[in-house]
Amino acid sequence: MSESVVHVSELTKVFKVPEREAGLRAAGKALIRRKTRDVHAVEAISFDIEPGEVVGFLGPNGAGKTTTLKMLAGLLYPTSGEARVLGHIPSRREKHYLRRMTMVMGNRNQLQWDIPALDSFELNRAIYRLRREDYLAMRDELVELLDVGDLVRKPVRNLSLGERMKVEIVGSLLHRPMVLFLDEPTIGLDVTMQKRIRTFVSEYNQRYGATVLLTSHYMADVEALCKRVIVIHHGQILFDGALANLANEFAAYKTIGVLLEDGSAELDSYGEVISRDGDRAVLRVPKAETSRVAARLLSEHEVLDLTIEEPPIEDVIEMVFAQSR
Amino acid sequence: MSSRAASLPEEGRLRSLVDFYSTQMRTSVVAQLQYRAANYFYMLGMVAEPVIYLVVWSTIAEQHGGAVNGITAGQFAAYYIVWTLVRNMNIVFGAPFWEWRIREGRLAGDLLRPLNILHYDLAYFAGWKFVVVGLWLPIAVGLSAVFHPDLHPSALEIVVFIIAIWGAYFVRSMFQATLGMLNFWTTRGAAVFDLYMATEMLLSGRLVPLALMPGWVQTLANFLPFKWTFGFPIESLVSNLSTRSLLLGLGAQVMWTVIGYVLFTFAWRAAIKRFSAVGA
Repeated sequence: MSESVVHVSELTKVFKVPEREAGLRAAGKALIRRKTRDVHAVEAISFDIEPGEVVGFLGPNGAGKTTTLKMLAGLLYPTSGEARVLGHIPSRREKHYLRRMTMVMGNRNQLQWDIPALDSFELNRAIYRLRREDYLAMRDELVELLDVGDLVRKPVRNLSLGERMKVEIVGSLLHRPMVLFLDEPTIGLDVTMQKRIRTFVSEYNQRYGATVLLTSHYMADVEALCKRVIVIHHGQILFDGALANLANEFAAYKTIGVLLEDGSAELDSYGEVISRDGDRAVLRVPKAETSRVAARLLSEHEVLDLTIEEPPIEDVIEMVFAQSR
Repeated sequence: MSSRAASLPEEGRLRSLVDFYSTQMRTSVVAQLQYRAANYFYMLGMVAEPVIYLVVWSTIAEQHGGAVNGITAGQFAAYYIVWTLVRNMNIVFGAPFWEWRIREGRLAGDLLRPLNILHYDLAYFAGWKFVVVGLWLPIAVGLSAVFHPDLHPSALEIVVFIIAIWGAYFVRSMFQATLGMLNFWTTRGAAVFDLYMATEMLLSGRLVPLALMPGWVQTLANFLPFKWTFGFPIESLVSNLSTRSLLLGLGAQVMWTVIGYVLFTFAWRAAIKRFSAVGA
């Protein structure tokens, strides 16, 4: 087995947050004794990521996803535990490490606002100490892959959100990082742009064998890119495994889609009818009863078509969080 | 690990640093040229401060028979016109702006890059100087036409002045950056920054030439960094300082730059552990 690119063991981050009641009296008391509360953003999480893996890091807002990513990128000091990426301890922020990784934050702009992206790219070339010929080759390749074209010649402030995200990604990858931490890279983008960025991440991963840890609220991103997901909630890992196994482990039901000869047939006795459109119906049935219900439908009705599916990934994730409450 | 994932080869360290400074300075010039008019109005606003001082001291000089403590109106004019250039040269990334940098998530972006954060600010503002000096020249000509400065520097004084304005820039950069670290502990550092600025105003020669201050203030100023960011560069051009004084002044700037850098390094190491990456 190859050495892990990302190794996380018992990693914990606790923030001290000042806290006081509203009102003058509380404000006066706070002058003498400041109260703080410990917020456990990440609690003793452990996982490993192998070279070339693309892993989805899922969880609701405040689950600890971004805090974990920031610890791995060296932006935050862990309170305790161990993190190693490419053999480096991220919080030391060694230059050799920073040259081999990148972090893209979907809601943040790292390019200079008032000048064309090309000027910012040139600056990144100097910062990452790239040889000019390598830089030009990589820049042109990324520009082509993301179909950015002449956008790089416009001041960044004049670009749309999606265009900005694309040039932002080009700027973040000019040094050809081996590890990518992508924090909501498609947030706020339209469906076409989301798809474009997904395709690009996949292409980059395949072309360079880069390891990717991705957070996203869009399940389409995760389904398209990640074979493996880590689900985190309240700072703790609830699931770490193949995306395909997530439903098996957490979904209490499956959906049965049927196309009947007799569209007026009564189906309530088979399970919860979640949609009905003429001859077509979709039923939600307990997982353990799926086979029995399907057999009953086939024997008691003229069935033209029948499909058994796991519930949508969004529903499964919701179930995971619901079970952890 | 996959061989395909190998990073790109790197250029040498020193060559890369020189390359970074020249690229960042060029980038800064490009960015500043986008706002030529805004920069000019900013410069005009900045000139208001020394012109007020100049008018006040010139008037006092005339009322006292043409000089105050031996400084004539023409020498005041020289002092405050050179002041305008020195002030522009020692504008740096100020301590209060660290809060903006943290809050807007800019710091997080900078931390992801393999370069000491001081280099970004030093290089960016160094580039900016080339724009403002270009804009300053006509203002200086205008002020000279109105106030008739008494300025006759030697070649050595001009050379020392050119070095000293960059020395002032480095000293001030280090101390403002160190002070900026306060933002990692509190979001209400403004009172401390104001106190620092007030002290700087009095002990640097910004508000009043140090020659007009009481003897003990002048002595105190010699042992603090402020004078070397304002008074010394101005006096190196307008006063007839001895060669020894000129060289000692440059030495003091080097010393305060090193002290400032050491202080910043310690403060930075402690501060960055407290960084909570808010806004990032």
